[in-house]
Amino acid sequence: MLQTLAFYVFSALLVGSGVMVISARNPVHSVLYLIFAFFQAAGLCVLMGAEFLAMILVIVYVGAVAVLFLFVVMMLDINFAELRRGFLQYLPIGGLVGLILLAELAVVLGSWVVAPAANTALGAPTPAVAAVTNTKALGQLMYTHYVYLFQAAGIVLLIAMIGAIVLTLRQREGVRKQNVSVQLARRREDVVVVRKVPTGGGV
Amino acid sequence: MEVLVVFLPLLAFLVAGSIALFAYGHNGAPAGHDPHAHHGDHGHGHDAHAHAAHDDHGHGDHGDHHDDHHPSAPPPDWRDRTAQFVTAGSVLLAAVLSWILFFKVTGGNAPRTIELFTWIKSGALDVSWALRVDQLTAVMLVVVNTVSAMVHVYSIGYMAEDPDKPRFMAYLSFFTFCMLMLVTADNFVQMFFGWEGVGVASYLLINFWYYKASANNASIKAFLVNRVGDFGFALGIFAIFMLTGSVQFDTVFAKAPELVNAKIHFLSWDFHALTVACLLLFMGAMGKSAQLGLHTWLPDAMEGPTPVSALIHAATMVTAGVFMVCRLSPVFEYAPAALEVVTVVGALTAFVAATIGFTQFDIKRVIAYSTMSQLGYMFFAAGVSAYGAAMFHLFTHAFFKALLFLGAGSVIHALHHEQDMRNMGGVWKKIPFTYSVMWIGNLALAGFPIFAGYYSKDMILEAAYAAHSPVGMFAFWLGISAALMTAFYSWRLLFLSFHGTFRGPKSVYDHAHESPMVMLVPLAVLALGAVFAGIIFHGGFIGDHRGDFWGKAILVLHEHDSIEAAHHHLPGWVPVAPLIVGIIGVALAFLAYILMPGLPAKAAAMFRGVHQFLFHKWYFDELYDALFVRTAKALGYGLWKSGDGALIDGVGPDGIAAATRDVAVKASRLQSGYVYHYAFAMVIGIVMLIAWLSMFG
Amino acid sequence: MDIGLGHYLTVSAILFTLGVFGIFLNRKNVIIILMSIEMMLLAVNLNLISFSVFLNDLVGQIFSMVILTVAAAEAAIGLAILVVYFRNRGSIRVEDINLMKG
Repeated sequence: MLQTLAFYVFSALLVGSGVMVISARNPVHSVLYLIFAFFQAAGLCVLMGAEFLAMILVIVYVGAVAVLFLFVVMMLDINFAELRRGFLQYLPIGGLVGLILLAELAVVLGSWVVAPAANTALGAPTPAVAAVTNTKALGQLMYTHYVYLFQAAGIVLLIAMIGAIVLTLRQREGVRKQNVSVQLARRREDVVVVRKVPTGGGV
Repeated sequence: MEVLVVFLPLLAFLVAGSIALFAYGHNGAPAGHDPHAHHGDHGHGHDAHAHAAHDDHGHGDHGDHHDDHHPSAPPPDWRDRTAQFVTAGSVLLAAVLSWILFFKVTGGNAPRTIELFTWIKSGALDVSWALRVDQLTAVMLVVVNTVSAMVHVYSIGYMAEDPDKPRFMAYLSFFTFCMLMLVTADNFVQMFFGWEGVGVASYLLINFWYYKASANNASIKAFLVNRVGDFGFALGIFAIFMLTGSVQFDTVFAKAPELVNAKIHFLSWDFHALTVACLLLFMGAMGKSAQLGLHTWLPDAMEGPTPVSALIHAATMVTAGVFMVCRLSPVFEYAPAALEVVTVVGALTAFVAATIGFTQFDIKRVIAYSTMSQLGYMFFAAGVSAYGAAMFHLFTHAFFKALLFLGAGSVIHALHHEQDMRNMGGVWKKIPFTYSVMWIGNLALAGFPIFAGYYSKDMILEAAYAAHSPVGMFAFWLGISAALMTAFYSWRLLFLSFHGTFRGPKSVYDHAHESPMVMLVPLAVLALGAVFAGIIFHGGFIGDHRGDFWGKAILVLHEHDSIEAAHHHLPGWVPVAPLIVGIIGVALAFLAYILMPGLPAKAAAMFRGVHQFLFHKWYFDELYDALFVRTAKALGYGLWKSGDGALIDGVGPDGIAAATRDVAVKASRLQSGYVYHYAFAMVIGIVMLIAWLSMFG
Repeated sequence: MDIGLGHYLTVSAILFTLGVFGIFLNRKNVIIILMSIEMMLLAVNLNLISFSVFLNDLVGQIFSMVILTVAAAEAAIGLAILVVYFRNRGSIRVEDINLMKG
């Protein structure tokens, strides 16, 4: 009972905030609604029993990705006051396309049946919850059978990081920076000169 | 020898043609073709220069047909001389050989066919190049080669001032060759080749001075009208082939008697087959021989140089039609209805041409209409089955008509290219030789006794009378009236050109001189022919020896034999009637042009309507213009604009181009540059893909 | 009523559709597009997880984590590109991105 209620609450809020993401006027509001959507999704995951993923969702999506979005939104000088009322131009055809998509998904959903042999073809049967927590089970699976996938994911992230830096790094002119090796390679002869100066004469 | 006779002119043509084409280097033939620029040369006050551009049909004979729009040239050089000698020499040789052949073949030596090679062999159609030399051919060979040789020699003198002499000689020889091919043809297709070839030669020669617009128009008119006739001719050949399965003369002639009752079924009607075929063939003859209906080209063909008129439009090409009918006599004899048509058309032509002839002022046109009239005589002779008489008249007519034309050319040459008789007069003392030969020619034409025309023309009229058919009688009376008019206008020509006072500029009169020897000798030779050809040969052609003379070349069915009838069953007045009307005609001309010179003008004013009608050539040209030319132009214009322009171009190239452009413009709007458009497109693509897969997957 | 697989799948389907809508219905700025992509990825994640749970197969969750990783990487790069684009063009209005107009 509670589960049903929780499910509907989470789902409603999820869908609602999804709608608001795409139709909010203020882009910052859009990002915040996205964050809210993520939270609801996490809630749904917990409801299903995949709590590790729910937490990961919150940490990674909300904590990293959404914050990144916020950074960018703040950084770019987006003038949200200028709204183009061209929104409705594509509504008919867009709406039609969307409805068709939804209908197709519904058709697939309605006619889909789980293969009877699915039970025996499981990739990795979930161990009973009482025995192993979700996290531990995932860990047991990932670091053994899917370690390559894991490492590859890590490399993807590395490349993404490098890529982001490569794309956006620019050398600024006139920025004073330390060049340590130059400092260390300084020689006395180059910087100190001894002059004979008569007393009181000045340099 | 037969091969030589036929192919010598071809060789000459090739030589002279090569000279004309290749021997002139980069500059082309000497002297520019500037028709308006040489006032200096003939500074005799040709104020009518301005009429250089004539209207289409050259009607309105304002007497401005100057022969003079050719530029003068440097003296003849080796090129000209070579061309002239080769061509004239070859044709002279051919002429001599043809006379020898003539005497051999008509003297009892068997006719022969010399097979050259096979041309077409396709299914039932078997056509070969073969030279058929029988009596008919021999006669034609003599006529063609003799007149052609005389014309070649004459041209050396007449065209002396023209820069394009090799071209002219080449064309003359080409014409001769084609004509010889025509007369030696052994089958219809070969004859058609020669037929078309002489048409081409005629076009080339009429248009010799191609920078004259009037010459262009005249040559095209000649070719087109000829073409109409040729269309009929071709259909006739097809009909013959369909009926007999062969185009070879001997085969067709052998089959003709069996086809007397054959019928052609066309569009749900039955027609007598041989009549249809013969009428179609006759249509070709009408075109080539300028019979009434397809005659409009002949007067305009006078745009060509006078030797051309003499050779082609008097003696040889226009007689090809007569030759064809006589050659096909074995077939025509079995189609009496066709023969009646031939008679009627021939008689009408003779009459109409004579009526027009006595109103014209251009000396060459008068002689041209006279030719047309005489051709009419030949045809109605053939129509009453007097083929021998027709051929005899062809023979004699060639001599005296060529003589008349070349004589007229001599007059024109003497009066420095004046052709309008209203500007001539009183020069008989200055050019006595020309004057005498013109008298001889006219006497022969009018049919005075002893002279050649007497025998042939009288025979024709007698045969027409003796045929005792309605068409024969019709032809006879029209022929008699035409004879009256012929005598009248011939002497009108003589009196206007040679007698009275000179009506042109005085300087022309002072400079008038006799032509050079090279022009006078051919005149003399032809005069001999005009005088003696009748006496010497009438026995063979139409007299008692005609059976042996002609042999199998001509077929006359016994019931049609009008010559036979003319020899025996004629009332007394018939043979003298032509002579009497001839004398009356001469007397009238004398009256009108010598005794009372004001009479013609008064008569013309009194009978104004008739005179205008005759002067405008019975308005045939105007009629044809309204009926055919305008219609064809309108049709062509319409088809061009709507058919070709709007429909084909519009739908075809232009339409496709425009459609491509439109589609491209619309397609380029897809490249809007907006990424979200592209994203949208991707999404739509995915949706459609899924829909497809879920429906048909 | 018992919440079954179908419910979860429906929710994720709706979310996915919303994400698709967001791509081409927005006329404001490019960030909305990126966020819509994140939403679509979230929907896919939910899908995977629901299947994993209801089929008792843990592989789905592993895969979901990998998708998470990739989503994060892609968001980072996308935003980096956006920043650079903004630097060069001065605006991230969707209508102004038309340099590829053909």
